[in-house]
Amino acid sequence: MSTVLLIARRELGGYFRTMTGYIIAGLLLLADGILFNVFVLSAGEMYSADVLSNFFYISFGTTCFASVFISMRLVAEERQTGTLVLMTSSPVHDWEIILGKYLSAVAFLSIVTIASVYIPALIWVNGKISFGHLFAGYLGVLLVGSATLAIGVFGSALARNQILAVIFSAIITLVVLLAHLVARVTDRPLKDMFMALALYARHYPPFQVGTIHLRDVVYYVAVTYVALFAATRVMEARRWK
Amino acid sequence: MIEVKGLTKYYGELPAIHDLEFSIERGEVIGFLGLNGAGKTTALKILGCILLPTAGDVTVDGIDIARDPHAVRRRIGFLPDTPPLYNDMTVGRYLKFAAELRGVSSSEATKAVTEAEEKTATREVHDQPIFSLSHGYRQRVGVAQALVHKPKLLILDEPTSGLDPVQIVEMRATIRALKGEHTVLLSSHILSEISQTCDRLLVIQRGEIVAQGSEQDLADKLGGGGTIEVEVAAPSARAIEVARTVTGIGECKVLLERDGTVRIELQGSPDLRPKVVRALVQNGIDLLRIDRGAARLESIFLKLTKDERNGAGRPQ
Repeated sequence: MSTVLLIARRELGGYFRTMTGYIIAGLLLLADGILFNVFVLSAGEMYSADVLSNFFYISFGTTCFASVFISMRLVAEERQTGTLVLMTSSPVHDWEIILGKYLSAVAFLSIVTIASVYIPALIWVNGKISFGHLFAGYLGVLLVGSATLAIGVFGSALARNQILAVIFSAIITLVVLLAHLVARVTDRPLKDMFMALALYARHYPPFQVGTIHLRDVVYYVAVTYVALFAATRVMEARRWK
Repeated sequence: MIEVKGLTKYYGELPAIHDLEFSIERGEVIGFLGLNGAGKTTALKILGCILLPTAGDVTVDGIDIARDPHAVRRRIGFLPDTPPLYNDMTVGRYLKFAAELRGVSSSEATKAVTEAEEKTATREVHDQPIFSLSHGYRQRVGVAQALVHKPKLLILDEPTSGLDPVQIVEMRATIRALKGEHTVLLSSHILSEISQTCDRLLVIQRGEIVAQGSEQDLADKLGGGGTIEVEVAAPSARAIEVARTVTGIGECKVLLERDGTVRIELQGSPDLRPKVVRALVQNGIDLLRIDRGAARLESIFLKLTKDERNGAGRPQ
């Protein structure tokens, strides 16, 4: 586990030693602020709980979008620049490389997500919000981020360069995100399966309104596990190529 | 230190290396020589446990790389053709990270970094960010990361690639200084580098070892005993006539004739130099200079790789 943390610490430092991390963080916070202004504050009078719920709805979209760009560099950039060899020639398991990189991305996204807390603070100053609602909402955002970052790590492990990593990750994320649209035009049991697989439709709205269901937490953890498992298998398979 | 038997690697249907067999003793400096695409990098990546072989047995320090790659990686320092450097880190932090990644404890890593920096003359750039380093320093930091955990075996893929002449001389000295403490396996297509740095050569062509041994062994086997170069103050025809009287001297070639002096290349073992000197002096020919043939290794290499240069090269 110490190797995982060693890799995670280096990768997290990498976000803050280069401009990429600051640009992604800045754009994510800017998008959160602008979208909140345009779609929530201009919508007329609302209960504070609804305003907070809408903020978490916006955060869902911006987090999915940002995850693709946060994770693009993790494996693909290192493969492109040749630095991945440092790790693959060291006594380190492929799962340790993947997990270390993934944890750094989660830590970075968590820092940026926490920086958006000024928006709920504004709602709290001007209205009344429950801290349980706030906790559930942020837990949902971080779980979604965790799942989409894991998909991003998988896309990055598949790709030869960062552009391809973005394309692969975006396609996979969109497919999982829009699975509920397929559910609409299919019959049971496929309908239920696609609904259960969809990233937003069934699993995120409870968090948005301040409710935590174990089945939704398990869903996002499962997506994370499957994506990281697949990324590790890709790394292992590349040793044969 | 290394035992390789029947090592084969296919990329799809294409054999990159085929049935390689060689062994390397502890403390040797071995040169892997071959044209671009001959299979050097593939072989080194397998020995470095980065790639898995399609077939064959490889043991490093008695450990099978397929059974326990982790144990092998702990004993290996690997420098790929492009040094794996994180531009956003300082040299010191990067080397400490590399040391800890290879299992050196955090408390011992600082000492290990200092030693590696001293061996590779990179101490003065310890606090410098890697992106600001010259190509020569980047290459040396690459060597430093390979030896920071004191591996038994160092694998260096084209360590002098892209260096200027001064940097090449410094790198050669660095590699020679590692002999004894580490077994070194380096690859290159620069013949002079191999010749001056290594104890023994493995010549690889189209994924197969076509010759191995010291430069002298290869010269004896393939170069008709090598060449001698003489410079005399006499007509070339007279000098060649006298030189040919020495038993063992074959074909003679005039390299340069100017201002009454002539430079001639004699086919024959460099061990015949005393006899050549005696013959020339006894026949009243003024000898200005005598040496072993400078381009000997080049001619061996060209002979060994003749088929490949005539045909298509193999993609890496």
